[in-house]
Amino acid sequence: MSGGGEGSGEGKGVTMRVEVDVPKCVASGQCVMIAPDVFDQREEDGIVVLLDEQPASELHADVRESAVVCPAAAIRVVEK
Amino acid sequence: MKHVVVVGGSAAGLAAAETLRREGYEGTLTLIGDEPYHPYDRPPLSKQILGGQWEPDRVPLRAPADLDALGLELRLGVAATGLDLAGRTVALADGARVPYDGLVIATGVRPRRLPGDGGERAHVLRTLDDALALRDRLGPGRRLAVVGAGFLGAEAAAVARGLGAEVTLLEPAPVPLAPAVGERVGRMLSQAHHDHGVDLRTGVAVAEVTDGGVRLTDGTLVEADEVLVAIGSVPNTGWLEGSGLTLGDGLECDEYSAAAPDVYGAGDVARWHNPLFGTAMRIEHRTNATEQGMAVARNLLRPDERRPFAPVPYFWSDQYDFRIQAHGYLRGHEEVAVVEGELAERKFLAVYRSGDRVAGVLAVGMPPKAVRTWRQAVATRAAWRDAVGELLPEGA
Ligand SMILES: Cc1cc2nc3c(=O)[nH]c(=O)nc-3n(C[C@H](O)[C@H](O)[C@H](O)COP(=O)(O)OP(=O)(O)OC[C@H]3O[C@@H](n4cnc5c(N)ncnc54)[C@H](O)[C@@H]3O)c2cc1C
Ligand code: SF4
Repeated sequence: MSGGGEGSGEGKGVTMRVEVDVPKCVASGQCVMIAPDVFDQREEDGIVVLLDEQPASELHADVRESAVVCPAAAIRVVEK
Repeated sequence: MKHVVVVGGSAAGLAAAETLRREGYEGTLTLIGDEPYHPYDRPPLSKQILGGQWEPDRVPLRAPADLDALGLELRLGVAATGLDLAGRTVALADGARVPYDGLVIATGVRPRRLPGDGGERAHVLRTLDDALALRDRLGPGRRLAVVGAGFLGAEAAAVARGLGAEVTLLEPAPVPLAPAVGERVGRMLSQAHHDHGVDLRTGVAVAEVTDGGVRLTDGTLVEADEVLVAIGSVPNTGWLEGSGLTLGDGLECDEYSAAAPDVYGAGDVARWHNPLFGTAMRIEHRTNATEQGMAVARNLLRPDERRPFAPVPYFWSDQYDFRIQAHGYLRGHEEVAVVEGELAERKFLAVYRSGDRVAGVLAVGMPPKAVRTWRQAVATRAAWRDAVGELLPEGA
């Protein structure tokens, strides 16, 4: 870990895996507005589409934000 | 800051706690909630839980491991009963006094009730226990009266129909939800109830729940086996009475969502000044609870870089086979224009005007990109003339 001192695990060595519980998704689009490189919505019903299961480190902050914001608690982030 | 206390263990409180940790707060973090459960989600209660598609194991907001990782001092099943602002302590029902140097108030709302004692027959729908109790008593041929055709009552009516219950929906206003979404959308919703065999009665005033059903003010008895009272809610501010904080329709907060120095309000309980719309509002929507919880955590941690909380409110509601989604602040709107699709087909996008600005957008069955584009018009407070002017035939 290259401890950036932010206390938020922003270090280079962190790998992130994103899990989406699709049946929980309520199609709010919050995740897409925050992290459009990682999430999209299906055209027909707005349900989430995970574009990138292992996003690069510069996207991690946005993905974490999406996971907190998601009004259906459908996004889970696993970091190692 | 060494000890932050969050009162209210649901969407807003959890978001605040989670954000504090994510932003590097390492001090003691106490989460106090009077429900005996780990933080869980409410929107599914009137949808998948009531309908029986989900069991309670689907509603926790976080996996146990993720909750553990937050390092919270969890005090569940115990209510906060008082606040000493000068002494910076929260009093609990079990006699404990919890000191804080930062406080987040996220105690939500509770259902408004009707007079009368319907006993087991009378229901409200706010907690997991409420939802399970009502679900147990619905089924084919059961008669359910729902008092109040707001979003909650309407969702429950739709789900109960799906379970085969006979549903009467009682609404005092002539058109349900008209102040919230406008008359035309309100009438569209009424039509959906009729189409699904719900007996919607508008313009009726309910006096009380009795042991036979619901008594109207004109004396009529609407017979029902079960009665769901869904007539709005009351902010949970009783425990703040006499604390010196300003209580009105909820906990009064400023544009930073602060109620006092180092004391913030978030979620359904908080009324704050939203500078984007230039007005004070209290929003009972799931997304706002999270966003406000996050915002207050940041303002609490960085007092020198506080940011006004200026969101575009968002809500959704599931009714029968369609979903309503709305961005913005629709209440008090002066004009509604359907700019895409057809109300009658339940595929449309309506925009709302307040003053000379786009105040909100409401969509049913529209592609997400179209909705996001209109949300952007709300977020930038676009001029109505520019955004909507040319799209409209006269009188649309
Ligand atoms: C059935 C239902 C369906 C919904 N559907 C939708 C929907 O489809 N879309 C949408 O946008 N929104 C919906 N909502 C609204 C959404 O769930 C709320 O906006 C959200 O739950 C607000 O979160 P909160 O944390 O502010 O408050 P709450 O969820 O009310 O949580 C407050 C918590 O604080 C606790 N508490 C209260 N007083 C005290 C005290 N003195 N001491 C300790 N703890 C206390 C309460 O028991 C509760 O656990 C729905 C709500 C319900 C009830
Ligand atoms: S934020 Fe959550 S509910 Fe909204 S689209 Fe993304 S996954 Fe679905």
